[in-house]
Amino acid sequence: MATPVPLSHSLRLCRNLLCLLALASFAPAAMSADDEPPPFSPPGSFTDLGHFAHQDGATLFRAICQGCHMADAKGAVGAGYYPALAGDQKLASATYPALVVLKGRHGMPPFGDYLTDAQVAEVVNYVRSHFGNQYPDALTQAEVARLR
Amino acid sequence: MRSVQNPLSITRRDLLRKIGVSAGAAMMYQAMSTLGFARESDYRGPIDLGGAPKGTSILILGAGMAGLVAAYELRRAGYTVKVLEYNHRAGGRSWTLRGGDEYTELGGHKQKCEFDPGLYVNPGPWRIPYHHHGMLDYARRLKVPLEPFNQLNFNAYLHSSKDFGGKPQRYRHIYADYHGHIAELLSKAVNKGQLDAELTTEDKERLLQSLRTFGVLDKDYRYVKSFATSESRGYDSDGDRGAGLMPAPQFSTPIARDALLKSGLANYMVTPFDYDLTPSMFQPVGGMDRIAMALYNDVAPLVELDAKVTAIDQDERGVSVTYVDARRGGEAKHARADWCLCTIPLSILSEIPVKVSEPMLAAIQSAPYEASVKFGLQFKRRFWEDDERIYGGISFTDLPIQMIGYPMAGMNAGGKGVLLGGYVWGTNAYEFNAMTPEQRIRKAVELGAQIHPQYTAEFENGVVVSWHRSPFTQGCFANWSDAAREKHYVNLCQIDGRIALAGEHASRLPAWQEGAVLSSLDTISRMHKKIVATA
Repeated sequence: MATPVPLSHSLRLCRNLLCLLALASFAPAAMSADDEPPPFSPPGSFTDLGHFAHQDGATLFRAICQGCHMADAKGAVGAGYYPALAGDQKLASATYPALVVLKGRHGMPPFGDYLTDAQVAEVVNYVRSHFGNQYPDALTQAEVARLR
Repeated sequence: MRSVQNPLSITRRDLLRKIGVSAGAAMMYQAMSTLGFARESDYRGPIDLGGAPKGTSILILGAGMAGLVAAYELRRAGYTVKVLEYNHRAGGRSWTLRGGDEYTELGGHKQKCEFDPGLYVNPGPWRIPYHHHGMLDYARRLKVPLEPFNQLNFNAYLHSSKDFGGKPQRYRHIYADYHGHIAELLSKAVNKGQLDAELTTEDKERLLQSLRTFGVLDKDYRYVKSFATSESRGYDSDGDRGAGLMPAPQFSTPIARDALLKSGLANYMVTPFDYDLTPSMFQPVGGMDRIAMALYNDVAPLVELDAKVTAIDQDERGVSVTYVDARRGGEAKHARADWCLCTIPLSILSEIPVKVSEPMLAAIQSAPYEASVKFGLQFKRRFWEDDERIYGGISFTDLPIQMIGYPMAGMNAGGKGVLLGGYVWGTNAYEFNAMTPEQRIRKAVELGAQIHPQYTAEFENGVVVSWHRSPFTQGCFANWSDAAREKHYVNLCQIDGRIALAGEHASRLPAWQEGAVLSSLDTISRMHKKIVATA
């Protein structure tokens, strides 16, 4: 089992890396967790489902997951709670988060119809390699397809 | 790659979801009605809970509509009632935000509503259909005045950001022109004999006659610019039918058929014709929370606010609930009663230890809660009325805000006003949910300005409720899938030992207050019967 690293450390690393990349390549400005989330997905139509437009794991996390699990992935507590994804040992197997994203769990809605297999793999891999999670194996799009 | 679905294998739930995502809950309900899902309320008048055994206690968890109705009725029946409520107020989702109100969402962002006196927004339910007899009856019994809620306003807009240069179109234009064009096309088919296999000669004549009236066609069955079509869709300027020496009216030009079809705006017209959204609809004068508050006024001494339930236990003699002060924390407190009616949303209840049977527990854990976001935006003047002559009703748009709702109260009085600056479902609701309240409001103002350019100069302040950030519901409503409902609904609605559940989640009118009211009445009636039978 991977040992979670302190959250602040991993976040700082992540931000520094993104900033360097942005400076080096003149890519669009990198966003940190508390920057404004990415622009909206196009609305669905009568003949097609609404789909999230963003493709990479970091952007998908900021467009969807952080709404409930929060920007630092530490979750939130009210009358009930949203579980933390930061330093989460339940993520040890990639199948579990992939199934939760696809099918939902308790009050969490299923996202299988909103996301492609590749998007599910991207966002699961992102969460499993950030926020103090350091699981080295990556989920593939084919594996997601088999879980549907 | 996204998995490709065989269109022939589409389930009813997929269809509902598709419709719900694309066009908001309004259309989803429309489809539900068509598919025999939504239906008229089963309310049959005030319930009679006679013969309650003296001293029997019932603990109610949650002071939303279901909990308040139960407290009101059970106390009148003679039961000893106590209510635990998580929030610092009663009402639950039956909620109105006014100037001075504060709201802290999950994540810690606190908003203070800065509306002027008399202005408000309903972040939860905002309308009551004429066939929601339970809601209407409680409003009448509690003397809560109602006023009309006009779902349909022919002068509001339908807006496609990709069509007509992004210019919003008047509902009446889309309505009249779509009907005109399809009437013309159908007339052509009839006159060319293309429907001869379907229609007798007499019926062809009857159909042509009705199409001419229905579509405002000319003598040659054409839909054209004319006095008649202008009388239907309106003139080029609303003031064009003046008097005396004022200018003669200018007939308006119908939208071309191809442009109209390409825009898809006719798809939005289904909403006011849905069973749940047709006239007459109502709203309480002063805000939706008036009905819940009237119930609360009757039972307030029984309600303990700021009570966060942390465990629900039962044995053969009664129910024991553990709770803490929701704001200050501290020592665990305990409440004990003979019976318990739990109205806590399943999104919350599924995270609390509760001692019920496996089937009920599985049911509690099987309802996904839908995302939805609502905005209240205050403007310095009611430009939608003064400039655009839109009094109440709703504009629909393909922008992420999806709707702009105009206040039904205070019409034509001038002064400031509060718009429903967005009512969002589907992917865009999740995206708004992922923002801070400030970011959401900034976006809603920026997007709304594409429909009403006056936004930029006139906007003053706003509040936003994103329901997945709500600490007391973690979502908007229990969006049961057909399969989950089939498997779990009956188990969810049982009296499990001494515990029973109620709320919109335990109804076949999901998301509506009427569902919560009916669920409450049905459950307490069954509980009462059981209590009397075993006393």
